[in-house]
Amino acid sequence: MSIEKNEPGSELKAVDDVKNVLIVGVGGQGVIMVSKVLARICQLQGFSVKQSEVHGMAKRGGTVFSHVRFGSRVWSPTIPKGKSDILVALEWAEGLRWLNHLNKKTGTLIADTQHIIPPFAHLDRKRGAQSGYSTQLPSEILENLYDGYALDATAIATEIGNYRISNTVLLGTLSAILDFPVEVWRKVISEMVPSKTVDLNLEAFEAGRHWVEQSRKAGEAPKQAPVLVPHVTPQPVDEEFELILTLEWCKGCDICVKVCPERCLILNAEQKVELTDPDACTGCRICEWLCPDFAIDVKKTTQAAVSA
Amino acid sequence: MSVKHQSKTESVEETGSKSEQLPMTGNEAIARGAWEGGVRVGAAYPGTPSTEIMENLALYPKEDLSAQWSTNEKVAFDVAIGASFAGARAITSMKHVGLNVASDAFMSMTYIGVNAGLVLVVCDDPGIHSSQNEQDSRLYSRMAMTPTLEPSDAQEALDYTKLAFDLSERFDSPIMVRGTTRLSHTRSIVNVSERDNVPMKEFVENPDKNVMIPSNARTSHPKLVRREENFREFLNTSDLTRWEKGSSRIGVVTLSTAYTYVKEVLPEASVLKLGCSYPLPDEMIKKFAACVDRLFVVEELEPIIENEIQAMGVQVEGKAFFSRMGEFSPESVRDSFVRSGVLETEGDEPEWDVYAPPRPPVLCAGCPHISSYMSLRNLDARVAGDIGCYTLAAVRPLSSIDTCVSMGSSIGNAIGMAKAGGQTRPIVATIGDSTMLHSGIPPLIDAVYNNVNITVILLDNHITAMTGGQNHAATGRSLSGDKTHRVDFETLFEAIGVKWIRRADSYDLGAMLKTFREATEFRGVSVVISDRPCVLDPVRIRGETMMVRAENCTACQSCMNLGCPALVWSDEWYDGHHKVEINPDSCIGCSMCAQVCSTNSIVAVPR
Repeated sequence: MSIEKNEPGSELKAVDDVKNVLIVGVGGQGVIMVSKVLARICQLQGFSVKQSEVHGMAKRGGTVFSHVRFGSRVWSPTIPKGKSDILVALEWAEGLRWLNHLNKKTGTLIADTQHIIPPFAHLDRKRGAQSGYSTQLPSEILENLYDGYALDATAIATEIGNYRISNTVLLGTLSAILDFPVEVWRKVISEMVPSKTVDLNLEAFEAGRHWVEQSRKAGEAPKQAPVLVPHVTPQPVDEEFELILTLEWCKGCDICVKVCPERCLILNAEQKVELTDPDACTGCRICEWLCPDFAIDVKKTTQAAVSA
Repeated sequence: MSVKHQSKTESVEETGSKSEQLPMTGNEAIARGAWEGGVRVGAAYPGTPSTEIMENLALYPKEDLSAQWSTNEKVAFDVAIGASFAGARAITSMKHVGLNVASDAFMSMTYIGVNAGLVLVVCDDPGIHSSQNEQDSRLYSRMAMTPTLEPSDAQEALDYTKLAFDLSERFDSPIMVRGTTRLSHTRSIVNVSERDNVPMKEFVENPDKNVMIPSNARTSHPKLVRREENFREFLNTSDLTRWEKGSSRIGVVTLSTAYTYVKEVLPEASVLKLGCSYPLPDEMIKKFAACVDRLFVVEELEPIIENEIQAMGVQVEGKAFFSRMGEFSPESVRDSFVRSGVLETEGDEPEWDVYAPPRPPVLCAGCPHISSYMSLRNLDARVAGDIGCYTLAAVRPLSSIDTCVSMGSSIGNAIGMAKAGGQTRPIVATIGDSTMLHSGIPPLIDAVYNNVNITVILLDNHITAMTGGQNHAATGRSLSGDKTHRVDFETLFEAIGVKWIRRADSYDLGAMLKTFREATEFRGVSVVISDRPCVLDPVRIRGETMMVRAENCTACQSCMNLGCPALVWSDEWYDGHHKVEINPDSCIGCSMCAQVCSTNSIVAVPR
């Protein structure tokens, strides 16, 4: 085995030429594929390279990230916070989540502007609830960055034929920023994608590369996709509601208890309906509609009326 | 000799030629090291981050070795021990908590020693990326008095694993190779070589050594103490310990991935890089300590090496600055050196003020487990959960698991709840198919034997899903994909003596709820088998996509209670609430949302 000498004197020094690329996205998007392609290219270019990921939950829609570091000698497999030279985000909010890992003075952001909304962002059941998804727009972020590219890679991929190859579009974008020969990129992508999809992936790669060239030609023109409308438009709510239960009409049939989406109704010891948690009730009216005895009434009052 | 090696996702590569360089993860390198070291038998139970070790070992030629999934880690360990008895080099791999299951065999076999080399690979999970705790397996090395090698990168993972077989035979001891999540899942360039030609050994008939009865164990124990001493002596002169001379001001004793962080943030320090964490090269450490002004130990998790160095009478610092919890990173190691006054603070950069919504892993769109937990919520059941994807049902919006302890605990916990009394709710244990085979059968027998009133929901999705879709004894396929006998759960439960067994279609919410209600009303042990394959493995399932007829949707949010990632709010509102739409790219057409929709607004997309 090749273990170096154990005596004093065998000095190993780090050369500080390491480049850091952080690739982030949502489970299932192909973050690992992007990082493997990049790591392979670095290897072919003669660099020492480490690629590190945590993928225990990768398939289950959680956040996924992969560190790629290359240079003459790489020690730590992970990139220190704030030291990433390039941040590649396959999804917009994931780009924001990892933005503080990008080098503020010299870092480049490459981001797909598509939104993948996690169920957690849409859990609020209150009337007038707003989406919990990020509200920052690409324009707000890009103007404060050293260098940044925000493109709708998913739309580009869909146009080519499959939304799933948006990761290859971003590889094309990345290729225009890293100084590696384009033939090597094409070769490695051809080797690493399923053989049936090589042409499609190469087309996506060219599209991503072309997009950067276009935006560079445009000079000062925006390096970003059109500004997105926030996913959910706000709707003002000026109404309050109240659940009015007419207990003498309730015969304890249990229907409302079963259908309540928030499970805030029960049958009490007298077999009568009871609201256990008024805060959980969203006023959705299902119980009102389905009660065969008209024992439930969702009564609305305007805010103004309440405060008066 | 040339061999085709195919890692799970990469194309076939020729890896036989000498001194070739390949990109490999730590897990791939461990498998490679085992193959090069002449391993003939490998056995494991899947567990993140160790799973890919056995998967990769199985890709080497069948004439070289046999690799298998076992029903649990103890069985896997016993299989490896048996192979060693029979004269074949053997390996078993598991995650840290898997060693708890296998520890019974481990503690006794270490007294016996080995015939052919025996290597135990344990993957710890500092930072708890996907586990139920972050226990430090190095405490086991001390309990079992088993030498423990700790690689810091993929190259060492290969080298150490290969070396471990030789050391195992030389010192008549099992050898533990301890990794971490970061080692397992970091890919770097590795020099590979050919497979060593290691002949089979003869079985050695030696009951005094191989049969652990008290009289033999009494004579074996002193041998362990001597073995520890011999190994320590070996380490004091071995290449496994590496002295990297730097500044005499600061000396750092470190190992595993922590070593790479130290080199990153403190390149000028003197470093004593340990390859072995038990036993410790005491003479080397004392010599090293004498050459530096200030001595640190940088180790993840427990202060094991620090305490042992202190016990040598050497002054050392460590956990006063470096956390006992979580995974290290270059920035955390840097912060610790700043706190200890070794490094200057870099000064805080202004941070971006951006918000990203929490994105924990969720049950997949169309996951067959969803209906079980919807039904249990409706029944207001007290639910003892278990280990698997379905543990994700503990969080909003399903919020329907009350407890989750360890593999196979659910049924035993439910028995205890029933025995304790005082529960007005039905008591239910939920357990997956692979977990049931792993360690759910003995508690189920216990439940029938002790005649308790509980319901067991077997969440049968026909695969070990959480770790990425591995076969098990009830899939009818082996690790290498060959056809084999398929355990029939119904027959098994009948044989145990369960009197009430029903099968239900996981995509039929009404049938599920009705069956669950009947099951919980049954006095005694009842079992419901929720029966649908995992949507990801072994084949990705896709059906007719569903859509919401927006004009009918009253935004009641009933469907949102499924927690399905394909369901999102749309731009439209109804009465103060968001209407819902379905992402056609992720919907697989399970129709569960349509079944709960109060206004029948969810329909299949017209063709």
